[in-house]
Amino acid sequence: MALVLNEEQIMLKDSAAGFLAEKAGVPQLRALRDSGSEAGYDAAVWQEMAGMGWAGIAIPEEFGGLGYGYTGLGLVLEQVGRHLSNSPLESSVLVAATLINELGTEAQKQQWLPAIAGGEALLSLALQEGPHHAPEQVTTSARREGDSYVLSGSKVLVLDAPSARHFLVVARVEADGGLSVFVVPADAAGLTVERRSMVDSRAAGALQLDNVTVPADALLGAAGEAGPALERTLDIANIGLAAELLGLSAEAFERTVVYLQERKQFGRIIGSFQGLQHRAAELFAELELARSIVLKALQAIDEGADNLPQLASAAKAKLCEVAQRASNEAVQMHGGIGMTDEHEIGFFLKRARVAQHTFGDYNYHLDRFARLGGF
Amino acid sequence: MLAEALPSLTTDITRGATVSDLEQFRAETRAWLEENCPQSMRTPARGFEDIYTGGRTPEIKHPDQKLWCDRMAERGWTVPTWPAAYGGGGLDKEEAKILAQEMQRISARRPLDSFGISMLGPALLQFGTEEQKKEHLPPIVRGEIRWCQGYSEPNAGSDLASLQTRADDQGDHYIINGQKIWTSYADKADWIFCLVRTDNSGSKHEGISFVLFDMDQPGVTVKPIKLISGSSPFCETFFDDAKALKKNLIGEEGKGWTIAKYLLTHEREMISSFGTMSRESLGQRAVQTVGADASGRLANGVLRQNIAQYQLDALVFAYTMARVGDEAKAGQGLGAASSIFKYYGTELNKRRNELNLAVQGEAALGWEGEVYDGGQLSRDWLRSKGNSIEGGTTEVQLNIISKRVLGLPDA
Ligand SMILES: Cc1cc2nc3c(=O)[nH]c(=O)nc-3n(C[C@H](O)[C@H](O)[C@H](O)COP(=O)(O)OP(=O)(O)OC[C@H]3O[C@@H](n4cnc5c(N)ncnc54)[C@H](O)[C@@H]3O)c2cc1C
Repeated sequence: MALVLNEEQIMLKDSAAGFLAEKAGVPQLRALRDSGSEAGYDAAVWQEMAGMGWAGIAIPEEFGGLGYGYTGLGLVLEQVGRHLSNSPLESSVLVAATLINELGTEAQKQQWLPAIAGGEALLSLALQEGPHHAPEQVTTSARREGDSYVLSGSKVLVLDAPSARHFLVVARVEADGGLSVFVVPADAAGLTVERRSMVDSRAAGALQLDNVTVPADALLGAAGEAGPALERTLDIANIGLAAELLGLSAEAFERTVVYLQERKQFGRIIGSFQGLQHRAAELFAELELARSIVLKALQAIDEGADNLPQLASAAKAKLCEVAQRASNEAVQMHGGIGMTDEHEIGFFLKRARVAQHTFGDYNYHLDRFARLGGF
Repeated sequence: MLAEALPSLTTDITRGATVSDLEQFRAETRAWLEENCPQSMRTPARGFEDIYTGGRTPEIKHPDQKLWCDRMAERGWTVPTWPAAYGGGGLDKEEAKILAQEMQRISARRPLDSFGISMLGPALLQFGTEEQKKEHLPPIVRGEIRWCQGYSEPNAGSDLASLQTRADDQGDHYIINGQKIWTSYADKADWIFCLVRTDNSGSKHEGISFVLFDMDQPGVTVKPIKLISGSSPFCETFFDDAKALKKNLIGEEGKGWTIAKYLLTHEREMISSFGTMSRESLGQRAVQTVGADASGRLANGVLRQNIAQYQLDALVFAYTMARVGDEAKAGQGLGAASSIFKYYGTELNKRRNELNLAVQGEAALGWEGEVYDGGQLSRDWLRSKGNSIEGGTTEVQLNIISKRVLGLPDA
């Protein structure tokens, strides 16, 4: 497929940009943070996003979505990155809906996907247990008892945990067996959700599962067989995060270039200093590369390409690298003002690191890229 | 404000040829190549020295090189997309792509590679008169005349516009005096495309003219310069009352700078393609030379990280070249991304060559005699250092991006 956007995709991108600039930009993020918002996002704005169909962009039409594919969702996520817009678009749509679509039975898809597409159901994946993304090391257990499963374990970095109504908990039915995924209601007995406000002003959470009993049909798909679907979901999630990081990096860079064109020192515009020019030019080149791998990886999801794992890790590793450089240079090139809370550039730095870490950082994905490359 | 590379609306590319025409073209091309490409030309060229460049006294490394070039030239396929009126293949983009794919299918090497094709030709097509195109393009296609580039001077490198080689008007011709340097293959070239000063009164960008002349004349002397890689691909070139006919002035007198810059964009395109030359996995080769740990990972973690970073960037760079090409075809994009190619492609190529050394270790450092790869690896490594200097240095490319793309002011 040609590495270009079609007309419809460009319209979607432009309309997302317009909406987010007005309703969910950095000023709104600051206000949410300062008001101590429990959810970390504005539920009314989320309903508007869902009303525009964003929650169903990548959900198949037969399950109440638009069937428009992940390239479309990625374009919206890129704009989300530009505006640092908080919403359940990642937790519930990019990740949870994808996992249900990849793993659930027909009935489970019918139960959940239309409700997610409508923006009513809010689900979030509960996967990570330690300080690092390590899906192969999950130890949360699910014990079969008659018609139920009993879950015990603990989870961290559950995105939007305070507002999620259900969690997709990754656990093992057999300690040395494959992974399984269970739909657990947020108000289940034995489940404690601890809100963790993150450096990016979003709300994640830690879960404690203490003999949480769920019916057998809470199991998504078959017991012990979630591995491949989870891996594909994580590949898709990482490509989506890479799209967000692309928008974030591009915005931080462009704001920085504007500053370089305005700020004067030594009687000159600071952008005339070659020491800064070359760093900016190198970053421009890196951003062009970043844009290519994000588009390539998004298209690979929709095409069902077999090298999706390589492309996902390539996209996430490259975007982690670029976002780190772009956000650090942005603060440095703003000088003292860049260190202030009053200036907006710091918000990009903070969101960058959380998005980088989520589902595996640079180190994780560069290692995986090499492993998949046979070395 | 920074020009965001926002794509405009997609326009459907309307092509003349239908799908079945193209399929037929593919079948015919395949059959013709099968019949006409000598077996010996179905292997990649080994380094720069093994590429056929043509000329009055061509350097022949293999007898089939000239045969292969002549056969392809007869159909204009040495330069598939140039108009047939000037000896080219007259193919459109789709057909040229098919030809390239079919050549790749049998690993056929390019029959001819020359500065005439990659640099002078595009400039002539853009700025030459009908007469000039008719005279100079067909011999390039046929590989009969080999060209060299007379741009740089001892005191005009990155600051090319300060060049001082002068051309004095003598009615129907110019008399040229001065010195060029780093003139690649001047000792082997038949003709030169040369930047000369016809006027010294205005700013340095004015008064430069773009002229062509024969190197085989008493007023031209060349002195090869040996490179760190041991070979002598470039020269000092001296003009002592050399003669250039006025009919070989390209464009207007004193307006050569525009042509010079246009030609440079083509030179840079050619050089940046070195960045995507190798498809081989360095990582897998390193597993052979360094070994793997119990989990199958390359045993040296630091080398592994360096290779992974390189392979990631090389992959993403290749997608970027593809994306920019696709955007151009769809009439999208502002071409801003193409400004990075020379800089990024050459830096990547240098990284690959450094990693080659790291992966092969002692073997890569051999120079002559019974050494690994006949010493080619170390020569390629040394030669790659020039990629970020020739055709405008990396620093100059970064200056161009800063000013033209990012809109940052002059110092
Ligand atoms: C292998 C090879 C083949 C070549 N073939 C040809 C040929 O066929 N024909 C031809 O005409 N020329 C040729 N050249 C010459 C080439 O174009 C010049 O070497 C190049 O333009 C640099 O000029 P210079 O060597 O004078 O270096 P300089 O311009 O003196 O540069 C020295 C250093 O200063 C830096 N520098 C200079 N100006 C600036 C600035 N404004 N900002 C920041 N840094 C700066 C440069 O980047 C470089 O690092 C060739 C060169 C090589 C290496």
